[in-house]
Amino acid sequence: MHRILAKQTLSPNVTRLDVHAPRIAQIRQAGQFVIVHLSENAERIPLTVADSNSETGTITLVIQAVGKSTNELVALNVGDFIRDVAGPLGHPTEMIERGHALCIGGGVGTAVVHPIAQGLKQRGVQVTSVIGGRSKEWVIFEKELERYGKVVVCTDDGSYGRKGFVTDAAREILAAGKVEIVYAVGPVPMMRAVANLTRGLGVRTIVSLNPVMIDGTGMCGGCRVSLGSETKFACVDGPEFDGHLVNFDELQDRLSTYREFEQRSIACANGTCRMEKAAAANA
Amino acid sequence: MQITRQAMPEQDAAARAANFLEVNLGLPERLALLEADRCLQCKDPRCMNGCPVGVNIPKFLDLLTAGKLAEAAQSLLCDNALPAVTGRVCPQETQCEAVCVRAGKGMPVGVGYLERYVADWARENRDQLPQVKPQPTGKKVAIVGSGPAGLTAAGELAKRGHDVTIYEALHKAGGVLIYGIPEFRLPKKIVAQEVQRLEAAGVKIECNVIIGRTYTIPELQEKFDAIFIANGAGLPVFMNVPGENFKGVYSANEYLTRINLMAAYDFPRSDTPVLNGQRVAVVGGGNVAMDAVRTAKRLGAKEAMIVYRRTHDELPARAEEVHHAEQEGIQFEFLTAPIEVIGNDKRWVTGMKCQKMKLGEPDSSGRRRPEVIPGSEFILDCDVVVVAIGTKANPLLTATCPDLKLNKWGNIVADENGATSIPGVFAGGDIVRGAATVILAMGDGKKSAQAMDNYLAELPKSVSLCAAV
Repeated sequence: MHRILAKQTLSPNVTRLDVHAPRIAQIRQAGQFVIVHLSENAERIPLTVADSNSETGTITLVIQAVGKSTNELVALNVGDFIRDVAGPLGHPTEMIERGHALCIGGGVGTAVVHPIAQGLKQRGVQVTSVIGGRSKEWVIFEKELERYGKVVVCTDDGSYGRKGFVTDAAREILAAGKVEIVYAVGPVPMMRAVANLTRGLGVRTIVSLNPVMIDGTGMCGGCRVSLGSETKFACVDGPEFDGHLVNFDELQDRLSTYREFEQRSIACANGTCRMEKAAAANA
Repeated sequence: MQITRQAMPEQDAAARAANFLEVNLGLPERLALLEADRCLQCKDPRCMNGCPVGVNIPKFLDLLTAGKLAEAAQSLLCDNALPAVTGRVCPQETQCEAVCVRAGKGMPVGVGYLERYVADWARENRDQLPQVKPQPTGKKVAIVGSGPAGLTAAGELAKRGHDVTIYEALHKAGGVLIYGIPEFRLPKKIVAQEVQRLEAAGVKIECNVIIGRTYTIPELQEKFDAIFIANGAGLPVFMNVPGENFKGVYSANEYLTRINLMAAYDFPRSDTPVLNGQRVAVVGGGNVAMDAVRTAKRLGAKEAMIVYRRTHDELPARAEEVHHAEQEGIQFEFLTAPIEVIGNDKRWVTGMKCQKMKLGEPDSSGRRRPEVIPGSEFILDCDVVVVAIGTKANPLLTATCPDLKLNKWGNIVADENGATSIPGVFAGGDIVRGAATVILAMGDGKKSAQAMDNYLAELPKSVSLCAAV
């Protein structure tokens, strides 16, 4: 059982939880994730560890509430418990040791970029971050990332920072000076756009993928992604991959597999599912 | 002495194809006693040699025939840590029953049925069995994985007074008995009871710990006197054909884990979904393939079919599973090999392009090799594909333990007692064998436990560096 020690709403459906998990807090590295399982009937949810504190024994999880299980997770309060937290899973981020790195985060993906920027800074790498959201209220982790270097904020509607996509800002930074490596984490279309941009420039680009996953230890193969002609499992081979090789179309398509089920699950949880009502009436 | 073997009562085939309740209902007392009496009590019982864990079969059958159930149960449990499990899932027809003297003169004694009978009695009558508390040895043992090999080794080591901790990667103990084998073949309640029995005997189980990630084997070596690695077969093998990443293609591991461990059959009361195919094609012919195809039928598939490149006679699954599948209306597409998964413009599976095969000369395994019939390609319509063609070694643990010797497939190299290249570290089950059976894994657990006990006995008494941990 893992107690929640702090909770903060970061944007309309993005919540930060600091969860007691001392062993993971002690050994986790940038890029690694945990599997969170709230209760007997809940889904197992993979979440990248955004930060940790080995003194308090906590890990920071940033959750976008999209399905029933993630909604239940963000409904928890300080003092509540999460039944299962397993990890740390996946390979740590491949870091450069010197030079200039560009870290690009979109929406909730910005939280995944945070430990990467943190690790790079610790190694003495120059970090520039470009982070974005639909509008001001969707921009997260700006303050935290400022500790590691310059941060450029972009919003789709121009309500905060510069107006436009993160790729626009990234293009200018890449044009202005030498960048050894780009790390990009966010919605699939964003990562695809960044990869397309940097491919032409020949700049190595690492993306962090979050496909459908059950166990997180290589057993189910649900998280398979195509890298060129090869199939990889995001949980054991990743979750970070060479963005120039990832088949983003397939990734996005596979992520849509259970969309209908997710809507039904939420409808049932809200008591608006007609099937459930009919079943109750017949009971 | 009557000759005919008693039939196992089972749920009606049409009814059970629509529910997840256990297929076999168990012999009633009268039939169990009649069946036990068929054992000829051979002077040199071959059945025992046919058993990977060496159950003294004539002894427990003799006690059963005499109506001494508590003693029969005690004898059985002494030899076999999980008899309620093996009585249900062992391939008896290739082991104990295959070498039964009666097999030559009609039907062998129903050893599996009777093992189940006695084990189920023991589950219901725990209070009638003596509880022996062994003298603690002060030695600490870690077991990686709570599947059949790990549970068996844990039971054997706890019985000898060692302090046992099992580390399980998933959130529930039982390994393949929980995530793999479906409820209709092995009710989860039975696995839970066996796990509770071990915990009552002092075994500690820590779930959500992934050895190779949360801790490494070298880290465990600092805290424990001996280690048994039984983390299973790991990664699913895919067909490596075009279209395999379309929506609707599952590994058998994923399909069964969604349904068994995550209770997807109960969606939306349970949060994990599974695609309910109307035409489900399961590729493969082993027990896992049978479990998957019969599960698909129970989830409402109009057609649930096995696609296998050899014929009925080569199916590696237990005979009873094949028989039950046939009764339940499972279709078999024999001599058929998929070469491509076909999808629609939205990338949902709509079928598989297959080739017809014929059997040629026997290969190195002694089975006749399937050969392609040129020009025989056809499309098999289906909306869900489940790939059940095997698994390969998971690298998570071994990659973080460089001193552990592996074979070319990544399986751990261990001798007949489970000893690995590292002193004090033993291994068994699928991580050593590649994909095998529950009972072979249990056999490994039992042998390794004995070898570990011998190893621990030779250690100085107060070696535990970890007494304070």
